[in-house]
Amino acid sequence: MATVQRRPVARRVMMHLLLLPFLIFALFPFYHMALTSLKTDRELYDRASVPLIISQGPTLDHYTKLLWDTAFLTWTKNSLMVTLLATTVSVVVGTIAAYALARLKFFGVASFGTGIFVTYLVPTSLLFLPLAQVVNWLGLADSKWALIVTYPTFLIPFCTWLLMGYFRTVPKEVEECAMVDGATRVQALFRIVLPIAIPGLVCAVLFAFTLSWNEFIYALTFTSSSDEITASVGVTSELIRGDIYFWGSLMAGAVLGSVPIVILYVFFLDYYVSGLTAGAVK
Amino acid sequence: MAIGSARVATVPPRRGVRVRELLDQERLLGPAFVTPALLFLGLLVAYPFAMAMYMAMSNSFIGRPSHFIGLQNFVALWSSDAFRQTFQNAFVFTGVAVVFKLVLGISLALLLNQQLWLKRTIRGAVLLPWVIPTALSTLGWWWMFDSLYSVVNWTGINAGLLDPPGPNWLGQKYYAMTAVITVNVWRGLPFFAITILAGLVSIPKELYEAAEADGASPMAQFWHVTLPLLKPVLAIVVLFSTIFTFSDFNIVYVLTHGGPINSTHLFATLARQVGLESGQLGQGAAISLYLFPVLVFVVWAQLRFVRKQTY
Repeated sequence: MATVQRRPVARRVMMHLLLLPFLIFALFPFYHMALTSLKTDRELYDRASVPLIISQGPTLDHYTKLLWDTAFLTWTKNSLMVTLLATTVSVVVGTIAAYALARLKFFGVASFGTGIFVTYLVPTSLLFLPLAQVVNWLGLADSKWALIVTYPTFLIPFCTWLLMGYFRTVPKEVEECAMVDGATRVQALFRIVLPIAIPGLVCAVLFAFTLSWNEFIYALTFTSSSDEITASVGVTSELIRGDIYFWGSLMAGAVLGSVPIVILYVFFLDYYVSGLTAGAVK
Repeated sequence: MAIGSARVATVPPRRGVRVRELLDQERLLGPAFVTPALLFLGLLVAYPFAMAMYMAMSNSFIGRPSHFIGLQNFVALWSSDAFRQTFQNAFVFTGVAVVFKLVLGISLALLLNQQLWLKRTIRGAVLLPWVIPTALSTLGWWWMFDSLYSVVNWTGINAGLLDPPGPNWLGQKYYAMTAVITVNVWRGLPFFAITILAGLVSIPKELYEAAEADGASPMAQFWHVTLPLLKPVLAIVVLFSTIFTFSDFNIVYVLTHGGPINSTHLFATLARQVGLESGQLGQGAAISLYLFPVLVFVVWAQLRFVRKQTY
């Protein structure tokens, strides 16, 4: 009996050992980033010191420098504003479009569905040059509003596609019951379908938030002045001056710029997992 | 449509009935609901795309009127060393990265599907590289590959795997490509692993029990049960990843800027350099459009093989 019981445990330990290299690969860059941001410059540029630990005491110098000597707070504020507005617009527009595609029969519904799917696959790097021109014509050059207007182009297809899957899982009968009782279709959508599809909506919000917070090529192309750029662009372009890199502040910026996403991630991990697979598999 | 109006008739008449009645008809509500999305995508995707076509066929230069020159840009690019190098890079980068992500992704998914302690935490850790802003995490990699203070080299040398001083990762051609691919695999692996895991979970347990009863070894079970049933999921993941790896911008832009001597440029980064930094919009747009055939292939394959099963 003892061997029978020990075997699964041994197997389990084995599986964890096999997972270890994957975990180190996934997490080490973050560990090293955080470590670097907490080291003194003296230790950072001492080639004799061990890079895997902090031996000369941690310091918050790089963080204070980042917060007070650079426009990092402005960039973060820009990121937040762009992300919140783009997410709101995209989730609302995506929700009603997804409902129409999943539930209603009307002229052109099939080709519109295909169209959404195709735009979902169009990479942002294919369109950034002409979009920069469109942004100019709209009078939004070098303004965060350019990002608020353009981010929905990749967020709407994503939200629509994701939510279509969720709406299809709501049984038609539930909705029809409500309508027989005198509710209109729009009422049925808001009172019956949306509450059932809340997990899907949470997923859509989370992913839209993450995708716009992480967006880089549009932000880099459409905005350039320090008052308008987002956190990713600010940290990667403004903290690098010529050939001198301030690695400590750079890493501090990378850490702080990821904080909002990490917070969401810790609280909504399961939604991220299910949304990731739904977006691709459904 | 007849069903729609029949439903309306059952609603007792109230105030504002006309608007409601109209909104209750699927053929009106449907278009009303998709119009906002259509407007966004028409104005900011379809129209720019048409513009990209036009720009690519013009000698457009920032701040100058442009003329139609047909396919000259697309042809002229082939006489540019930078473009030929980029073309080759794009295939090497995508091919190698997708193969690594697929093989490692299947392995990782199989491991995650086992009985584990702290299952949720481990999944969370594995998925992390995918959710953190790529431009920022790539900065971390940049520092890890630094020519003087590389922690990768330090570890390699101290483990006896590398001869000091170790490679100059971002300054030498092949090493730079290796570095860029490594970061892409690092970032893309979670998507593969988690999606494939979802596919694994949906395989009925009875199939494995039956295979085991027939005396199939774990290896045989993998080849004859797991892999064939995973095929649809693998196809989707590979197609998705192909288009997004091919069109990658962030990693190369932050890590190498396309260097050394264009050896890591991809279409997106070269398009930006030519189109914006040197102002040749027409040429830049033409470079971007070389992504288009790949997009068409992926869309075609998805619609044909993959979506067929759901519709």
